[in-house]
Amino acid sequence: MPESIIRLENINFAYDSKVVLKNVNLEINRGTFMGLVGPNGGGKTTIIKILLGLIEPDSGKVFINNQPINKFKDWNKIGFVSQKANTFNKGFPATVFEVVSMGLTAKLGYLKFLNKKAKQQVLHAINQVGMSEYAYRNIGDLSGGQQQRVFIARALVSEPDILILDEPTVGIDFKNVERFYELLHKLNTEQNITMLLITHDTGAMTNYATNIVCLNQTLHFHGRSEEYSALSTEDLSRIYGHPVQVIVHDHD
Amino acid sequence: MLTDIIEFDFLRYTFLTGLLIGIVAPLLGAFLVVRRLSLLADALSHVTLAGIAFGLFMEKQFVTLTLSPIYSGMGFSVIGAVLIEKLRSVYTAYQELGIPIILSGGVGLSVVFISLANGFNTDLFNYLFGSVSAVSKNDFLMILGISIFILMMITLFYKELLTLSFDEEHAVVSGIHASRIHFLFIVLTALVIAVSIRIVGVLLVSALMTLPVAAAMRIASSFKQLIVISIIFAEIAVIGGLISGYYLSIPPGGTIVIMSIIILLISMSLNRLTIKLKKEGI
Repeated sequence: MPESIIRLENINFAYDSKVVLKNVNLEINRGTFMGLVGPNGGGKTTIIKILLGLIEPDSGKVFINNQPINKFKDWNKIGFVSQKANTFNKGFPATVFEVVSMGLTAKLGYLKFLNKKAKQQVLHAINQVGMSEYAYRNIGDLSGGQQQRVFIARALVSEPDILILDEPTVGIDFKNVERFYELLHKLNTEQNITMLLITHDTGAMTNYATNIVCLNQTLHFHGRSEEYSALSTEDLSRIYGHPVQVIVHDHD
Repeated sequence: MLTDIIEFDFLRYTFLTGLLIGIVAPLLGAFLVVRRLSLLADALSHVTLAGIAFGLFMEKQFVTLTLSPIYSGMGFSVIGAVLIEKLRSVYTAYQELGIPIILSGGVGLSVVFISLANGFNTDLFNYLFGSVSAVSKNDFLMILGISIFILMMITLFYKELLTLSFDEEHAVVSGIHASRIHFLFIVLTALVIAVSIRIVGVLLVSALMTLPVAAAMRIASSFKQLIVISIIFAEIAVIGGLISGYYLSIPPGGTIVIMSIIILLISMSLNRLTIKLKKEGI
């Protein structure tokens, strides 16, 4: 019996009168690498905000680790990485070490200092994403791809069960995007960290994700990534509501 | 001046107070600058002026009242801080709108109270631009107490403040109570401004919070470095400013700010030098 990490039941959500999510049911099991695709305005970011507890659905239920979201307290078990490589204040004078240690702030709790053990955890997380030699460099001096690795490390340091990534590769060049996906794949297979990845990049997605979900107000497709690859262009156009061109990423 | 410091109590208290605000002002300033809230200091200092004008007015009305106007300044400053937070939550799409509202409100109130207290006098001039001779023993003890309180709070909540300053969204998602920490921060800022005013004055207090940080920003690669370097710069500016102000009979607010600007200019040229060195691989 697969262990459920996130479960959405009959989620409905509207901004004013514009329906964004209609009757969405979704279950993510431990160890899955789930790709979430769909057109802009199809509700991808909204669904992430709902399962992070940032907004409440109009109706429906959210369970994390089989607990209702309002009872769930263990937020450091959920790692969230947004499009930060693109948007954060690059002039902020903080080292990679400092940024990653911020991932422990909430876990340590108030009035606790970063002790030796915590510092080791930070260095370990930096090592996991292959950034050890940059640990004491200023984050603003790094490339977009490196910065995004640092944000992954910040999410990893609290030892999450799941990483939720909202279009993390925006603003990263092609070559580094590949390396970035490799890293996620490694974390997923070697450390059994569940992944929920939102992306426009459906081509790369099918190479790494085990499951794929297409969201456009409702779930239009939910299955193994091989099944998604087998979909015809007509099927995809129907899902997206407009013609789609799939960019295929080959491994050399 | 050294012998004078030993000889005259008032100079000694001024000097020690200067050293204290040289620590707390850039410490809070570092967080203000990285959060792009530098103007908050200006808004709160003008509210503090209103509080001081109110205190001077009350002194005039009730001659028996011996409470230092710093207390009323501090009270107004903290109330101003709370109001800015309130405005932030009302105008969520216009987060900075609270700053001009509170700033102009502060100046408006100041004008009213200054007129009611029958206009300008030396006391008020000292509050505007700072003074080398304005710190009494009681003022000093109060400033010492508040500085210790500020240092304790920043130490205890350092990691929350830093996390929130770097990435508010991440901080909220990971379960940090953003609004409580932000409230604590803004109240601490109000306190720093109130205690700094005796030395640098209302109009220039924000300079001591932002200029050393701006200079340190050019050099520091970590946030801890930013704080340490800012404090060193601020101390140099305060000590140099107090000594030159004393000998030249210029209010120290002016000399401290000029010193800070010189430091800023030096650090900007140094920064260019280090970039050049880095490029050459040294």
